[in-house]
Amino acid sequence: MITDMENENTVIRVRDLVKKFGQFVADDHLSFDVYKGEIFGFLGANGAGKTTAIRMLCGLLEPTSGELTVAGLDGFKQREAIKRRIGYMSQKFSLYEDLTVNENIRLFAGIYGIPTRVRKEKTEELLEKLELTSARKKLVRDLPLGWKQKLAFSLAIIHDPSIVFLDEPSGGVDPVTRRRFWDLIYEAAHEGITVFVTTHYMDEAEYCDRVAIMSAGKIVALDTPDALKKEWDATSMDGVFLKLARSNE
Amino acid sequence: MKQLSGFIRKEFRHIFRDPRTMIILFGIPIVQLLLFGYVITTEIKDARIAILDKSNDEVTREITHKLLSSGYFKLDAMLDNEGQIDNIFRQGNVKEVVVFQDDFGKKLERDGQADVQVIADASDPNTAQLLSNYTNAIVQDYLQKKFINYKMPLEIKPQVRMLFNESLVGAFMYVPGTMALILIIISAMMTSITIVREKEMGTMEILLVSPLKSHHIIIGKVTPYLILSVINAITIVILGNLVFGVPVRGSLILLMFVVILYIMLALSLGILISTIAASQFSAMFVSIMALMLPTMLLSGFIYPITNMPVVLQVLSNIMPARWFIEAVKAVMLKGVGIGYIWKQLLIMTGMTVIFLGISVRKFKLRLE
Repeated sequence: MITDMENENTVIRVRDLVKKFGQFVADDHLSFDVYKGEIFGFLGANGAGKTTAIRMLCGLLEPTSGELTVAGLDGFKQREAIKRRIGYMSQKFSLYEDLTVNENIRLFAGIYGIPTRVRKEKTEELLEKLELTSARKKLVRDLPLGWKQKLAFSLAIIHDPSIVFLDEPSGGVDPVTRRRFWDLIYEAAHEGITVFVTTHYMDEAEYCDRVAIMSAGKIVALDTPDALKKEWDATSMDGVFLKLARSNE
Repeated sequence: MKQLSGFIRKEFRHIFRDPRTMIILFGIPIVQLLLFGYVITTEIKDARIAILDKSNDEVTREITHKLLSSGYFKLDAMLDNEGQIDNIFRQGNVKEVVVFQDDFGKKLERDGQADVQVIADASDPNTAQLLSNYTNAIVQDYLQKKFINYKMPLEIKPQVRMLFNESLVGAFMYVPGTMALILIIISAMMTSITIVREKEMGTMEILLVSPLKSHHIIIGKVTPYLILSVINAITIVILGNLVFGVPVRGSLILLMFVVILYIMLALSLGILISTIAASQFSAMFVSIMALMLPTMLLSGFIYPITNMPVVLQVLSNIMPARWFIEAVKAVMLKGVGIGYIWKQLLIMTGMTVIFLGISVRKFKLRLE
């Protein structure tokens, strides 16, 4: 049951969402809600339909059928408007490697239409927070991977979006760096930005408030990590995932 | 608009910070123009020849002098006997040997006929043909001037005039051709590579999720290349004029219009390639195989289209460079107005629209 109070806090509302490519059904009647300030994990093997789902939520793909509301906007008709309200960080922490830290900040601030004065303030704030002030004129190519990851995340939320989508944001990063990166995510969530994250790493799944697990285009489980562990009688999310996979075979 | 200008600035930074891109953009055009202008030339200049003068009289000496002072030939050796001819060709020092028969002058006076034998090294057939034609022409010319009083029974004297390029300078042909080639390389190859690079790096995804519209992304990516290509085209025209004396007889504005239209065509091809190619390498490969080589071989740049087999002549119709070269030559060398090249302009416009249309479709399909 979804109560009225929860409804007010819903930033992503998905009902019977379907995406077909020809005969192939990539996403089969997905239904879930994501609430304001929540860290929502999206788990699943490659080809389970995660990428297609995240693309619909970002306004990149038009759904075949169902209902989709993102930040109060319609996922069918207002896809361009959705793009202004969300942030996105891809698995490659895609920044421009041959531009400096400063230039990357300036570029993305410009793309999101942030006024110059605000941009300057935000730049200082951001550099200080990431301890990158002395490296502001360095090419991104020369930064360590962990710094690139943090910078990519900070740029994804530079325009104060309602929701930020993180598509496997920790690929190739060691667990310690990953932990530090999650501090940034918690901070953003604390400030009211909803975080929607897909991941392969089960330790990351533990950090989420709630997780949805996808398999063959369907959501097969959705709850808090603790509740899932209890339900599947597992000590870690890894165990939950394995048992789920077996029961779906 | 402000979003776009920041994006274009970023694209310029990519270009100026990458030494390889800079070399391709600014080094190659100049080197290629000079190479084509100087090295690959069909003009004859200082071709090395040997002369076997068995007569050694006043007439043969005069003819020899005329040959050597023409600027086309340079004496490598005076031979003593026919046995040496074979050898000197084998050594490869000379391209042609001229043999005057015994008593050349006397026979000419007595019989009105004497033989001069022209032997050319036809392992390079085009040069051999040219050399023998030039030699023949010089000998004929000498005879006509020397024996001006002799009336031949019937005589037809063709008066030949080479319009638009009186002295048959090869650069007149190579400057428009080089321009066609370089603009294709820069505009099509470089844009396809730079767009595919964004796909490879994953930044394209970020741009697509951003509020930038896809046409903004495309305009932002190609504008710097459009500007740099125009600068390149201007450089080529100026260099062609200063170094090779290639004139611009028609309107400069019309010429620039033709150039910009061709650049747009090349850019749309580059965008099309970027929608097909999965990696920077394949974008480069497709550009070279599908654009550079056919542009050099089938556009009439080096080999005349009318000499090609019919199949290739038909094929040359779909080469953008063919129409560009025709239009540029008409404006630069013939000095004609837009009324004479509307067909070429129309074809180029049509091609641009078609390529852009396909690209937009492909771009959308790829997103799905």
